[in-house]
Amino acid sequence: MEVINKKQTSQRRSLSSFIMHVHPTVVARDTLRFTLSFGLGGMASTLCLLLFMTGVLLLLVYEPTTLNAYSSVRTLVNDSGFGSWVRNVHYFSANILVFIAFLHFLRVYLTGATNTGRQLNWVIGIVLLMLIFLSNLTGYLLPWDQLAFWAITICTSMLSYVPLVGESLQMLLGGAEVGASTLSIFFVLHVVFLPVTLIILAVWHFWLVRKASGLVQVEEETSSPPIRVSTSPHLVVREAAVGLSLIAIILLFAAFVNAPLLDQANPGLSPNPAKAPWYFLGFQELLMHFYPTFAVCVIPMLLLFTLLALPLLYDCSLPAGRWIGVAKGRAITFSTAVCGLLLTSIVVFVDDLTLASDGGAITFDWFYRGLLPTALIVVVLFSVILLLRKMFSLSRVQSGLILFTFIITVMLGLTVIGIWFRGEGMQLVWPW
Amino acid sequence: MKSPDLSKEQPQLGRRLFLNRIWLLLASIVAIEFGWVGFKILKSKSNSRVSTELESIVVAGNISEFAPGSVTPFPQGQFYLACLDDGSFLALSRSCTHLHCSVPWDEGKKQFVCPCHGSAFDLNGDVLRPPAPRPLDLLHVRIENGVVKVDPGQVIKRDKFDPSQATRI
Repeated sequence: MEVINKKQTSQRRSLSSFIMHVHPTVVARDTLRFTLSFGLGGMASTLCLLLFMTGVLLLLVYEPTTLNAYSSVRTLVNDSGFGSWVRNVHYFSANILVFIAFLHFLRVYLTGATNTGRQLNWVIGIVLLMLIFLSNLTGYLLPWDQLAFWAITICTSMLSYVPLVGESLQMLLGGAEVGASTLSIFFVLHVVFLPVTLIILAVWHFWLVRKASGLVQVEEETSSPPIRVSTSPHLVVREAAVGLSLIAIILLFAAFVNAPLLDQANPGLSPNPAKAPWYFLGFQELLMHFYPTFAVCVIPMLLLFTLLALPLLYDCSLPAGRWIGVAKGRAITFSTAVCGLLLTSIVVFVDDLTLASDGGAITFDWFYRGLLPTALIVVVLFSVILLLRKMFSLSRVQSGLILFTFIITVMLGLTVIGIWFRGEGMQLVWPW
Repeated sequence: MKSPDLSKEQPQLGRRLFLNRIWLLLASIVAIEFGWVGFKILKSKSNSRVSTELESIVVAGNISEFAPGSVTPFPQGQFYLACLDDGSFLALSRSCTHLHCSVPWDEGKKQFVCPCHGSAFDLNGDVLRPPAPRPLDLLHVRIENGVVKVDPGQVIKRDKFDPSQATRI
């Protein structure tokens, strides 16, 4: 009798235990601190869930043709029902997801969750981050309004500057001009290819966290094992609190603030200024200063390679379980960040002045505006880091932290300039 | 006790490994075929698009309608007809050579200014301000019996403006 009862309960619990399977059964109590992770990974998963749900609802009304795409979205927005609210939730979740996923990426590096056993997950995490960018970008085109059309025109034109494969890549996206085939390809990418890849990799991502026995924790010198508590309820309750609050905030926010929808796409008229989506404005800013092949291909590849390689090849993982736990870590991060931001703004300002004063005389070719400055930046950056290492006898981990912080702050600085300091005709302006 | 066990397992593992490799090979062939089919489908799609969108020749108008130093937009052919100061004609594509934004003509400044990245071009299509890497692309212009005709099907890329590029009577 008892045995049968047990079987029934276990079957009844089967679903919940399957869902809980992404977690270990017990977690170290130390990792439950909110200030260790700020729940960022959980927030990102919650946002994905919200995006899938609202995305399915939007699919019911959206028509992926150049004739009807804009009108179907316009009808959705103008209808007095919940359509525009659902679209707002989808829009804001997507934008917040980019932000949260970026913060999660920072958190993982700065708390040292990149050491042995977590290296593959670092790579998967970066691929996931790029999938999130791609999902956002492909979704950006779908409303087929002016904003979408010109942002995607810029982004697909960037592809033509990729060496060797660029031209054919651009042809695959529907030719030099954004048109009907671009829309259908982006639609397929956005609703099938990217979400499926994202789900598969995300499950793998979770499972690898579980395999590394949960969140990153401080390596104790004492032999006593860390205090462990059961996942349910201790972890689940915390996850639910974060996830549900986030959902509540977004649902409420989406009820009052509307996602933008401009006029229907007009291939003859670029709006002024025509900007890429906000998360790509750092690269758009690079395009103002570098030859396109370097701005859209070489420099991003260098950045990506450095970020991937730092914890893998050069073993620059920070001490595990604490925020910037390396000696003098906070001072290093702070001073590098200040230097990075100052340098970025000065260089952008000076370069903009030289371009504006005698633009015609400047040769904007792949050497003077591509190879030379890129090589110069790389050489100077590494010599400065080597010099600092000698002067202050810094460790490998500390120099890695300098490089990481510098890259991140420069890209952040460029993005901020692109978002707020570029006005009509992409001239430098004050945002107020 | 352990070593004979291992030697027994060795050939078994070898066969297993061999079969596993075959499975892996088959799986990668399937993946390659799938990718190739997808590539072919996309390719045929972009090819058909080009052939249908080849526009017919645009009749711009009589020579006398264009004043020297003027720029006239032709939205149906996606180009501007520039009448240079010596009365010769250039048909300039309206997409910026940087990232294909549509460049408007600024009558006051006598410049094409791209709204995306601030590139500027003069009447000849030459770059006044980077980041555009080369002058505006040209379209083929013919003058027949005093009528200017432009063929939007052919786009001519160039490195610099040269008076020989302009079409005279």
